[in-house]
Amino acid sequence: MFGFSPAQFKGFVLMVVLIAVLPLIGVYPIFLMRVLCMALFACAFNLMIGYVGLLSFGHAAFFGMGSYIAAWTIKYWHVDAVVAIFLGGLTGAVLGLCLGYLAIRRSGIYFAMITLALAQMVYFFCNEAPFTGGEDGIQQVPRGHLFGVINLNHDMAMYWVVAAIFIAGFLLIHRIIHSPFGQVLKAIRENEQRATSLGYRTDDYKLIAFILSSMLAGVAGGTKAIVFGIATLTDVHYSTSGEVVLTTLLGGLGTVFGPVVGATVVTGMENYLAQFGSWVTVTQGAIFMICVLAFRRGIVGEIGAALKLRL
Amino acid sequence: MIMIFGVPGPLLFGQLLLGLINGAFYAMLSLGLAVIFGMLNIINFAHGALFMMGAFAAWMLLQYGGIGYFPALILAPLIIGAFGILLEKTLIRHMYKLDHLYGLLLTFGMSLVIEGLFRNYYGSSGLPYQIPSILDGATNLGFMYLPIYRGWVVVAAMVVCFATWAILEKTPLGATLRAATENAQLVQAFGVDVPRVITLTFGGGVALAAFAGVLAAPIYSVNPDMGDSFINTVFAVVVIGGMGSILGAILTGFGLGVIEGLTKVFWPQASATVVFVVMVIVLLTMPRGLFGRRA
Repeated sequence: MFGFSPAQFKGFVLMVVLIAVLPLIGVYPIFLMRVLCMALFACAFNLMIGYVGLLSFGHAAFFGMGSYIAAWTIKYWHVDAVVAIFLGGLTGAVLGLCLGYLAIRRSGIYFAMITLALAQMVYFFCNEAPFTGGEDGIQQVPRGHLFGVINLNHDMAMYWVVAAIFIAGFLLIHRIIHSPFGQVLKAIRENEQRATSLGYRTDDYKLIAFILSSMLAGVAGGTKAIVFGIATLTDVHYSTSGEVVLTTLLGGLGTVFGPVVGATVVTGMENYLAQFGSWVTVTQGAIFMICVLAFRRGIVGEIGAALKLRL
Repeated sequence: MIMIFGVPGPLLFGQLLLGLINGAFYAMLSLGLAVIFGMLNIINFAHGALFMMGAFAAWMLLQYGGIGYFPALILAPLIIGAFGILLEKTLIRHMYKLDHLYGLLLTFGMSLVIEGLFRNYYGSSGLPYQIPSILDGATNLGFMYLPIYRGWVVVAAMVVCFATWAILEKTPLGATLRAATENAQLVQAFGVDVPRVITLTFGGGVALAAFAGVLAAPIYSVNPDMGDSFINTVFAVVVIGGMGSILGAILTGFGLGVIEGLTKVFWPQASATVVFVVMVIVLLTMPRGLFGRRA
């Protein structure tokens, strides 16, 4: 139904089984939740780079603002976690409309620079605005009770909610890619002038894709804020934008499972290297360079090429 | 005290000077970016890291070699420029046949590695670099006190920018370079070693960033993140100016620095974002940038 090829369907089943089984066999659920949030963020980013061919270097703006809004509404308005995450996604979408409207005026390298600059503006705004708590961020965000019933302070309860959000987001993106709308996006990626000459308003398509992508980035940010009970300037900083680029590049640009694999590897590496301070940055930079120089298809892309499958 | 638009004169001129200084750095950095982009079709994300390395080179020359500010102003750009050439020869040249975006990603990775390494060995708190005694102190201009070093930075930056412009626009070397930017194959057919021209262009752009780094060393503390704070603004400057014109990059850099300085006087909270607001306005009205050409 969602447009999966047989191989992709097997991959999807394997992914769902892993999501269900890993926490039960002793993998730390907090770590898995971080992976799932990053994976959803990277999937959202991949929608732009992989299927529209536009590299956004400002996705932290949507992730971070989604995170701030979700944290703020749940802490001060005491809304339900689902409502807070929804509001996070809505914030991402509205911000995506504003920034996307400006950024799609240029393409290629300029698109990357413009999104970077606009996201930097959002960063400075968050640094000054009173509601973000400046350097401290919004801390001690309560998880609350889902629908007023399920106590999310239990990590496993929270985990199933995060897993459900991730799978829903993943399926939504897959559905978008394989819809007629998604086919037009791919046509724009391959040859924009041709798509225009066929009568498609390419700017509208690009903008809608950008809004969808930023909405899901906002959802990922909001979920992350509730899981960890904190929203900070780090979430809007451009290093977060860089991280999502790295995640997707390492996993495989334009592959369905690449962002998920990339998120697992990058988050695992950060977890492992956290004790070594700046070496995290150095390692990330080195992986970036290796990927670009020798490994442009990414992990999933290489596996797919070896098995002659589209994954 | 003179009041201008309800603002004390010295405050206004002081902020204008600060704006000019920031503008000088924007101009030098965006100039380097524009020259490199023209030849290599790569946006050098590592430009900020190389600027920082220039400042560190000056600090190390003094610390470990006892070599002072003025020799460092020549030596540091040469050293970092040579390092840039090494980067181009070993890594960046693999990017020319690929989509432009890969060049951006590669240089972004480089900047992470470089800044991470410096942070590891020198911490992020910053190292002091003394203003050379001959440029220390301040002079009274009548309407304001001018710290001599700050005046020197503005003048030196203007001279270097002008020299770069003159080399590119008025010399045979610059003519070759511009021709190679337009049509590399044709220029190669005339017997010019284009790959070498590309390498030297990258080295030159990097040397410019390093020179800016040495100038910046006594003003800002020498720290691994000093390039980071500039580079995002410089990207906005490049988008505003468009990358078609050398003079455009210089004017946009200085102009935006001044606008930033003025904003600091009248609406301090907005000073960090004003460059980006200008970028938004330019994108809405002339998407190719003030001096951009059709691609």
